[in-house]
Amino acid sequence: MSDPADTNPATTTPAGTAVAGETDEAAAPEVSDEALATVAPEVLAGSLTEYFQAWGRRIRNGESGALPILVGLIAIVIFFQVEQSTFLTANNLVNLLIQAAVYVMLGAAEIYALILSEIDLSVGFVAGVAGFIVAELIASPVNLPWWLAILAMLAATGLIGILQGSLISRLGLPSFIVTLGGFLGFEGLMLLLANADKTAVGGVIQIDSNSVVYKIVNSNLSPTLSWIVLIVVVGLFAAFTITTHARRRAEGLSAPPLSITLLTIAVTAIGGVVLVVICNLNRGALTALKGVPYVVPVVLVVLLVWSFILRRTKLGRYIYAIGANPEGARRAGINVPVVRTVGFMLCSMTAGIAGLLYESRQGSMATDIDGGTLVLYAVAAAVIGGTSLFGGKGKPIHALLGGIVIAAVFNGLGLMGISAAGQDIATAIVLIAAVTLDSLVRRRSTVR
Amino acid sequence: MSTSQGGLATAEAPQNGAGPLLALKGVSKTFGPVRALTKVDLEVPPGKVTALVGDNGAGKSSLIKTVSGLWAPDGGEILWEGRPVHLHNPKDAEALGITTIYQDLALCDNLDIVQNMFLGHEPLRRGVLDEAKMEIRARDTLKELNVTTVRSIRQPVASLSGGQRQSVAVAKAVMSQARLVIMDEPTAALGVAQTSMVLNLIKTLSGRGVSVLVISHNLVDIFEVADRIAVLYLGRMVASAPASEFDRQSVVEYMTTGTAGRQAGNGAA
Repeated sequence: MSDPADTNPATTTPAGTAVAGETDEAAAPEVSDEALATVAPEVLAGSLTEYFQAWGRRIRNGESGALPILVGLIAIVIFFQVEQSTFLTANNLVNLLIQAAVYVMLGAAEIYALILSEIDLSVGFVAGVAGFIVAELIASPVNLPWWLAILAMLAATGLIGILQGSLISRLGLPSFIVTLGGFLGFEGLMLLLANADKTAVGGVIQIDSNSVVYKIVNSNLSPTLSWIVLIVVVGLFAAFTITTHARRRAEGLSAPPLSITLLTIAVTAIGGVVLVVICNLNRGALTALKGVPYVVPVVLVVLLVWSFILRRTKLGRYIYAIGANPEGARRAGINVPVVRTVGFMLCSMTAGIAGLLYESRQGSMATDIDGGTLVLYAVAAAVIGGTSLFGGKGKPIHALLGGIVIAAVFNGLGLMGISAAGQDIATAIVLIAAVTLDSLVRRRSTVR
Repeated sequence: MSTSQGGLATAEAPQNGAGPLLALKGVSKTFGPVRALTKVDLEVPPGKVTALVGDNGAGKSSLIKTVSGLWAPDGGEILWEGRPVHLHNPKDAEALGITTIYQDLALCDNLDIVQNMFLGHEPLRRGVLDEAKMEIRARDTLKELNVTTVRSIRQPVASLSGGQRQSVAVAKAVMSQARLVIMDEPTAALGVAQTSMVLNLIKTLSGRGVSVLVISHNLVDIFEVADRIAVLYLGRMVASAPASEFDRQSVVEYMTTGTAGRQAGNGAA
């Protein structure tokens, strides 16, 4: 496999090296096609053709990553469009994105726990607690500014995460049990918070429609601003990627070929343009309603920051390491309990942001938030998007894909006028189908 | 029991030039009624490969754990370059330059080669992981160790063969400036080609001046790489001498009975 020209014996132990060279060549085929399939295509590819060959190998071996879910999403979209021609209208697609925001954010929260090879069952009611904290702090009598209320909410949810994470990592309790306790306990805490506020009639606190919290979901960037933001973001992304990759190639480091770099940028740009075009179509009935809802950039920024933490910082690297091999991480000198706790802290804080988006969309915060179902959607969004339940694998983008799939199913079934019972069953079928498809593709690879 | 040991070591001293890198003097370890190690003496010369052999339960693992700082010995002392040292935890051992590669290698399957080699010691640039620096250093280290079979150092460890994984673990040790690398059964569960790859790696390592302490059951492998052989039997060091003074028969006898009929060139208990 390895090019003999590459074998560059630095130390010259003539006989030994020669033997090593031969045996190494013989050893190479032991790395099977299957094993190579676990390697990201851009790692092995030197050209565009090789890139697609590597992708082909991945798909054949069940390491298809996000591909099945993209195919599934397209199938779902086609199905609903055939059933209901209103599905692919600007109005409905923007609505779908807004619906997806909460699932995406909850999925992103759950991904921290899943990468650590743990689970967090409390995210739904942590979101509920967060929703009440913000709703009460921005309303009278407290009347805090919105950003201070959100900071307070992030601090509170962070503490919740630290509490649960410490119980799990310091006392060695199973995360399933600790967060099951959290699931119950934080629902209780949420009810206490609701009762503490005398303005909450029947457990409902209205969100002032002039507040920033309300506007996150219910207000839009102007069409012009939407374009400007898109151009700036794609421009920065393109400049950053091209220069980084060029520098890496110049230094002889592994980097995808230029064609792949350009392809990635092109796909990102096209995706962004399509998004902005759809959002900038008038979707108002009586008055004009145009532009990208604030919630879209909010979600994307959170996912981007989380991706940055996971990919570019020591903390992120250690979270992945612990998820795959806690003992190995410990021996490498990593402070495993601290990293685990911080992982749960970020998980709960992300759930808090989900609570913020939830109340913004509802225009109110109510004790009827179904934290139990939401946590299941959180896990489903993460897993459908491609995150492993067995730890060590997962990316925030998985939550984006998974959350959109879940929202698309709800949205489409809603348009078709299917009852709540029917929606539940159909959602269940889609969830199982998505995971089955994934596991069938994987099994095909192991049988061989 | 180990009186002749000292004599042997002095007899050997001129051959090594310098004193041993690591020396154990009368090290004992008991667990309740179980005596895991009884007054064990061991010398690991610099830049040489020392093989530690013994049957199951002979105390090999106990000895490694003592040297790598996982637990403190009950008696005796550990000398590093002639100075007594106390290893209270793995960090103490690591600070001296002792790296232990356990059988499970402690690699993370989901991380790539570079990420594994730097795990726990990542260099930062402006607060962010310095991937370029890591990749260059990892590439150079692997090149120095003649590890050339991997397709890309950015492939996850899950996609590597057993020998390649062992190479990554060794490279990791080399990069942490290890002066003594302890390898626990490095060739167990490896095929012929992979085994020879790992043995070559061990030779390269000692060629770079790094001391290697290899624990192995495989006498063929031991005689191929070891400069010295030390045999443990029921927690006692029954023989310790240059490999040339042993043959396979005598090693087996020491391992199974604690003594050898012939080959008296080494200190019998």
